[in-house]
Amino acid sequence: MALRGNLRDFTITQLLNLINLAQKTGTLVVDGPSEQAYISFREGKLAYARVGQEDGTLATVLHKANRLTVNQYRAIVERAGNITDKELGLLLINSGYLTQEEILANLQGYFTEVVRRLFTWVEGFFRFEADMMPPTDRINVRLDLENIIIEGSRQLREWEQLQDEIPSLEMALKFTDRPLKNVNLSVEEWRVVSFINPKNTMKQIAQTNKMSDVEVRRVVYGLLQAGLIEIVRPEGMVVQQHPSTFPTQDKEEQKSLVNKLIGRIRSL
Amino acid sequence: MQTVKMVVTGPFSAGKTEFIQSVSEIDVVATERRISNAAERSVKEATTVAMDFGRITVDEDLVLYLFGTPGQKRFDFMWEILSEGMLGFIVMVDSTRPETFREARSILETFRAYAPTPYVVAANKQDKEDAWDLEDMRHALRLESSVKFLPCVANDKNTVKSVLLELLYGIIAEMDKKS
Repeated sequence: MALRGNLRDFTITQLLNLINLAQKTGTLVVDGPSEQAYISFREGKLAYARVGQEDGTLATVLHKANRLTVNQYRAIVERAGNITDKELGLLLINSGYLTQEEILANLQGYFTEVVRRLFTWVEGFFRFEADMMPPTDRINVRLDLENIIIEGSRQLREWEQLQDEIPSLEMALKFTDRPLKNVNLSVEEWRVVSFINPKNTMKQIAQTNKMSDVEVRRVVYGLLQAGLIEIVRPEGMVVQQHPSTFPTQDKEEQKSLVNKLIGRIRSL
Repeated sequence: MQTVKMVVTGPFSAGKTEFIQSVSEIDVVATERRISNAAERSVKEATTVAMDFGRITVDEDLVLYLFGTPGQKRFDFMWEILSEGMLGFIVMVDSTRPETFREARSILETFRAYAPTPYVVAANKQDKEDAWDLEDMRHALRLESSVKFLPCVANDKNTVKSVLLELLYGIIAEMDKKS
């Protein structure tokens, strides 16, 4: 039977576990909330990964890892024409600029990072294509999945805990009375803090900062634990009272009804 | 006949069914099942899987219904359905079981997001020796000072009445604020 389904029913960690145990070869294609990922495996080991619009070429990976300067990267992209990753790798090794181990370690780091990003995807569809393999010009690695699976399970537990602590991102945040002094905040935390206002929902803050649901929850949770902020209903939000809350829409009658309830409860 | 409803929510075994039973004029219609999970069974033998349902008749034209939500997380799909059209809600927390405080916080946040209705938080089992102090619980539950946090004993009618009255006073105050 085709290996395909919904991430809500089958998590990325469970999929990796299955691929690992069954020693599968092929590509896992995941349609996430806003982008698509391709993760390739050979005999149950991670071989290659690509996500969204990122080209994932060796030059890009090395540039991101600060192993190639901006000028070197530009020169390769503009002048090297259709050079394949394998050819570029050989050139870098032969010129003594990088070792084979360094190239493989950078690729492994990049592919692992792509898989890590998938752990935050909880909505989406997946399918496993046994016949699909990475383009032949790309360098493949051979990475055991066990450590990635353990890390994924850890992140899943964290995600579940964060989901429990902050169930809805439609709520807003406001500062408590504690002054925000002598607090060491990370760049991510500052990005959230600068938008804290009872008018902004956490969802809006995440979208403005291009943060995932998990990332914004993680930052908010830290600030909540430190007692710096609290969760409030968004200010100015037009909330329609449910029509069936009161049997009447007349405000005076509603008040009289509540007073009747008060009288009755007192008399119990 | 006019009807209004209030919802009593909270973690598993917080005392929601008892709370409703204490003031309902009818025997609470509870859908209880024996618990299959060993850890949960060590706390109590049966739990509410759908909802509790209690009634207080105010006069011949007005009836208040009290709905208790199922406490187990796997039935949380019922929460939104039950919260529709509620006048307000009560979050029950067992003062002797700090391991449930995190879940109580999560339930409170979920209900706050469902509806902008007034609510109170009731610290149940305050008569027990191992009950946490209200002030400590307020911190653990991360309740703002403006949130009404009330001591309660779910099988003591008077404390249950106090909790319901505080919620109703909150509803009146909210109405005054809007008008």
